[in-house]
Amino acid sequence: MAIPTTLRLEFVTPERSIVHDEVDELQLPGEEGFLGVLPGHTPLLVALKVGEMWYRKGTETFHGFVGFGFAEILPSSVTILARIAEKADDIDLERAEAAKRRAEDLLAEAAKGSVDMDFERARLALLRAITRLQVSQHARMRR
Amino acid sequence: MASLIDMRRRIRSVKNTQQITKAMKMVAASKLRRAQERVIGTRPFATQAKHVLASIAARVDQSNHPLLAQRSGVTTGKTMLIVITSDKGLCGGFNTNIVKTVGQFLRDHKDRELSLGLVGKKGRAALGRRGFPIRFEYTSLPKVIGFAEAEAVAQPAIEDFTNGKVDSVHLVYNEFKSVMVQNLVTEQLLPMAPIEVTRDEAGGIDYLYEPSPQRIFDELLPRLVEAQVLRALLESSAAEHAARMTAMDAATRNSSDMIENLTLTMNKVRQAAITREIIEVVSGAQAQ
Repeated sequence: MAIPTTLRLEFVTPERSIVHDEVDELQLPGEEGFLGVLPGHTPLLVALKVGEMWYRKGTETFHGFVGFGFAEILPSSVTILARIAEKADDIDLERAEAAKRRAEDLLAEAAKGSVDMDFERARLALLRAITRLQVSQHARMRR
Repeated sequence: MASLIDMRRRIRSVKNTQQITKAMKMVAASKLRRAQERVIGTRPFATQAKHVLASIAARVDQSNHPLLAQRSGVTTGKTMLIVITSDKGLCGGFNTNIVKTVGQFLRDHKDRELSLGLVGKKGRAALGRRGFPIRFEYTSLPKVIGFAEAEAVAQPAIEDFTNGKVDSVHLVYNEFKSVMVQNLVTEQLLPMAPIEVTRDEAGGIDYLYEPSPQRIFDELLPRLVEAQVLRALLESSAAEHAARMTAMDAATRNSSDMIENLTLTMNKVRQAAITREIIEVVSGAQAQ
């Protein structure tokens, strides 16, 4: 069997389709570590964590944010089922900054033990906000 | 007969109402288009997720997953009914039909122990005081319904089902069929229909899994339930806008008819007044 030269990328969330394209290479934040995928990859089902993903098409690289979900990797195609996801260009920086500050405040309060709150939720919110900011920053640096 | 001034006032007020209904119709039309797009946007995820599930299904033990458990009480036992209505009125029979369908369901399943999950203010107003236990209420949905809302609705259902508090969960909502037609849908949310293993998939691709197939399977199932709820919420919001558009269109046409009738009567009254005046003048002149 000939090795395929490109990957068909389907990147979807429950709300909408994010990317639907032919790409040359991509990287994903797997639950057990980042993984790069090239055409001809062995079939793999992988759980994703909150993190940064990117894909390359020709010489252009596109960045994106992905939070929880799965990726189905086949030799000639990749399907990402994400719970939350955004392309770098769609990230609302102000909102992410605000979310980061809010989460930090909450965690600071929790550290003092003054309020009874959902620690895990605040931690995840902070993680999401920081990752969003990182993704957006990386995307701008490449340009 | 009403006086001329009264009738003029009446016509003016009907005209004002007509302008409002016309505007509402236009707003609903533009919202409908966006709502429809969002319904279509949920399709890729559902198809892809089912595809992935089908390929794992062959490798995991489906029988004892809590969300798939077909308990003996599925068709008779405790049932949760999630009723999706709108927050706003003025949309024709949209909410009335839902409430009627729920009533029908209650009559058909008198022997079942029911609890309700109400989405939308109109549902709460109509069903909140019928004496059934309310598991959750979710009102004032944001304009843009997203995954967070679907999660909020699906979570109590998944929780109660896994805890064994209910034996099945059903969704009742309006499905968008066309601008004129809304389909009333009652569908089973939990337990989920068993995942079919196609022979092709079972023998076909041999995946590597990271972490284990069972964990991916377990993680993916609730997502699929949430996706189903999300689709129901979006369908309902598209149907709501469609219903409002049709209702407001009918109201605009009705007010046109009313204005026409009122103008006719007003002219008749005016004519009669003029005629009477002429007769008075003429008879007054003759008397001299």
